[in-house]
Amino acid sequence: MASVADRNLVERRDDAGSGQAAELARRLGQAAPWVVLGILGVWSAVALTEQFVVGIIVGSLYALSAVGLTLIYGIARVSHFAQGDVMMLSAYLGFFVLTGSLAGAGATDVTLPVALEMLPWANERIWLFSFGYGLVLAIAIAAVVAVPILLAIDRVVYRPLLARGASTAIVAVSSLGIAIAIRGVMLLVWGPSGRRYSEGIRDTVELPGLPRIVADQFFIIATAAVLAVATYLLLYRTRLGTAMRATADNPDLARASGIDTASVRRWTWAIGGFLTAVAGCLLALQSQLSPDLGFLLLLPIFAAAILGGIGSPHGAFIGGLVVGVVGETTVGAGWIGPGYKLAVTFVVLIVVILFRPSGLFGSRS
Amino acid sequence: MTAPSRGLAIAIVGFVTLLLVGLPLERTGSVRAVVDFLAPAFATMAIFAVICIGLNVQWGYTGIFNFGVVGFFMVGAYTAAIVTMPPADGKFSTYIGGFGPMLANVPLPGAANWLPYLVGTLAAAAVSAVLALLLAWPMMRLREDYLAIALIGAAEVLRRIATEEQWLVNGSRGLAGIPRHLAGIVDGDADKFLFLALAIAMLALIYLLIDFGIRSPWGRVLRAVREDEAAAAAAGKNVNGFKLQGFVLGAAVMGAGGAFYAFQQGAISPETFSHFFGTFIFWAMLIAGGSGNMAGAIVGTYVIWGLWSVTLQLQGYDLPRFLADRVPHLRDTLVGLTIVAVLLANPRGLLPERVQVSRWLDRRVRSLRRAENEATSSAAD
Repeated sequence: MASVADRNLVERRDDAGSGQAAELARRLGQAAPWVVLGILGVWSAVALTEQFVVGIIVGSLYALSAVGLTLIYGIARVSHFAQGDVMMLSAYLGFFVLTGSLAGAGATDVTLPVALEMLPWANERIWLFSFGYGLVLAIAIAAVVAVPILLAIDRVVYRPLLARGASTAIVAVSSLGIAIAIRGVMLLVWGPSGRRYSEGIRDTVELPGLPRIVADQFFIIATAAVLAVATYLLLYRTRLGTAMRATADNPDLARASGIDTASVRRWTWAIGGFLTAVAGCLLALQSQLSPDLGFLLLLPIFAAAILGGIGSPHGAFIGGLVVGVVGETTVGAGWIGPGYKLAVTFVVLIVVILFRPSGLFGSRS
Repeated sequence: MTAPSRGLAIAIVGFVTLLLVGLPLERTGSVRAVVDFLAPAFATMAIFAVICIGLNVQWGYTGIFNFGVVGFFMVGAYTAAIVTMPPADGKFSTYIGGFGPMLANVPLPGAANWLPYLVGTLAAAAVSAVLALLLAWPMMRLREDYLAIALIGAAEVLRRIATEEQWLVNGSRGLAGIPRHLAGIVDGDADKFLFLALAIAMLALIYLLIDFGIRSPWGRVLRAVREDEAAAAAAGKNVNGFKLQGFVLGAAVMGAGGAFYAFQQGAISPETFSHFFGTFIFWAMLIAGGSGNMAGAIVGTYVIWGLWSVTLQLQGYDLPRFLADRVPHLRDTLVGLTIVAVLLANPRGLLPERVQVSRWLDRRVRSLRRAENEATSSAAD
């Protein structure tokens, strides 16, 4: 023991001389990723404005889902490999309450006699959007319905496994099983072919100094921004948020301080699930609904959460934007073929986990 | 825990066998048709059991969390294909390699019938192992869940490359016409029985090799690393080195399995190697069978792939359209639920891993116990 202390003393004395230099180097090391990101961001915004804007829009979807993922990871301690399929399932739930359609025999659909679409003016287009208030309502309902589904899965699968002391890996494998099952259910209920929320023409908007943007994309980015702010306020301005952050930091200490961690866990799934579900619906609005899309969403979403520092909600949000922009600009600028968009995400992921495994905001390594 | 579990395993295997034999027999009424259905089904089963053993080496014995099995499976299949095929014609197909005719002309007895298979399989295992080595350098130090997502990413990039790069492996059109070298030995399509024998022989060979390795002191260190890396390191073991070896060995086995898959199918395309088909099924097989147990991996493969083949048989019946469309989706759902159900009900699977420290120690303990029993019984007399 004494010898260790002595050595520490010696080392500290050695450090004293170069202390300032070491401190400077450490600060530079921490600032470096931000400087690189900032320069790349500004440059791509100027040189590749169109792709940059699309990247921000796509990235805001990733961001919402990544915030959900990072909350679930940080507080519920689940590496949630079903995240992408939960997004897709919610998108289909939204589709279902909007249109009442289910796949029938062959390529035909069965349509229920009750659906949001049948409300008066539900599909009357708002502003230049391709949809009416029916879809907005459908997204809200889908997000609310996704919550009890996730709570049930947590109750039946993840919580018993964790209570039994199962490793991170075993819980992750179980979430993979859930992902496969969810995909199967989507295929059973809505069939394998892709679908869209609305087939109408998509109007574009031209703003001074900006490229043409599809009107729907304003809705996407506005929704993402509102939810991000709401989540921030919830986490940092409410008692529940404080309890959530305390539980993430140290569950035992939180429990000892009188926090009902079981309730915090349920709230985490509720909030994370809500964000994930909305992200899924918005993604379906941006591209389409397809059961096979879910799994591949894992790559950008995990990349975003890890880039931001897993467990850090604001990190995940920024990570999502970065992943979205990097994906769109590298492909849009023609540096790589469009088939390799996911490969770029993969490279981002690898670079982050190799050189900065704690991410931009992470404190734990 | 072990005894009822073994009874359950026998019951489930029996049930699957009954379905596998009974359904085609009931439908066609001819033994010949049943044999024709079962020969390729069992060959595929043996091939998948090999891949499952590869995953077992990585996850079951070393604790490496590989969610990118399909990458190694696919690379093995593609390597074997381009090694054994004739050169590309450059018009309808473009790919590298094409050493088939060259291998067939090697002056060895009957070279055309066996040498391409041997070289193709070894090449597949080697390329897959090299891929694992390349991936291991950045990834082996990652935490479990990061490793899993990184390997999903790596597998997806490989799938993209196979789809996009026309010059490399003919892009999205895939490779067709992988020669059936055994067809020259026997008449008609009887070569499928020879192939079945070959596939089972490979499974047996790999089983024995891996079993030998796992029972050796080397295998003991692997399991020690899986159980507790820090403790293994404290005992002076090079943890990362052993993890690397487990990862590369498992990948080589998967590559060999992929090679046989290509030989059996005769045609492969990037579409074949989806994450679902190429990765998740093997996880379901291993978890259901019991990870850390070679026999478990094989039983898991038999059960999961058996049920898979049975659903194909169901499509032969005159089901209502609504149901017929949904049989494969229902099967997919059940694969996912199986993983979850096994983890919840009996996480050690149908055939759980047997705790074994060393055979020498086991024998010693047994003989000591025996001596003790004899001593007490003679004292009672």
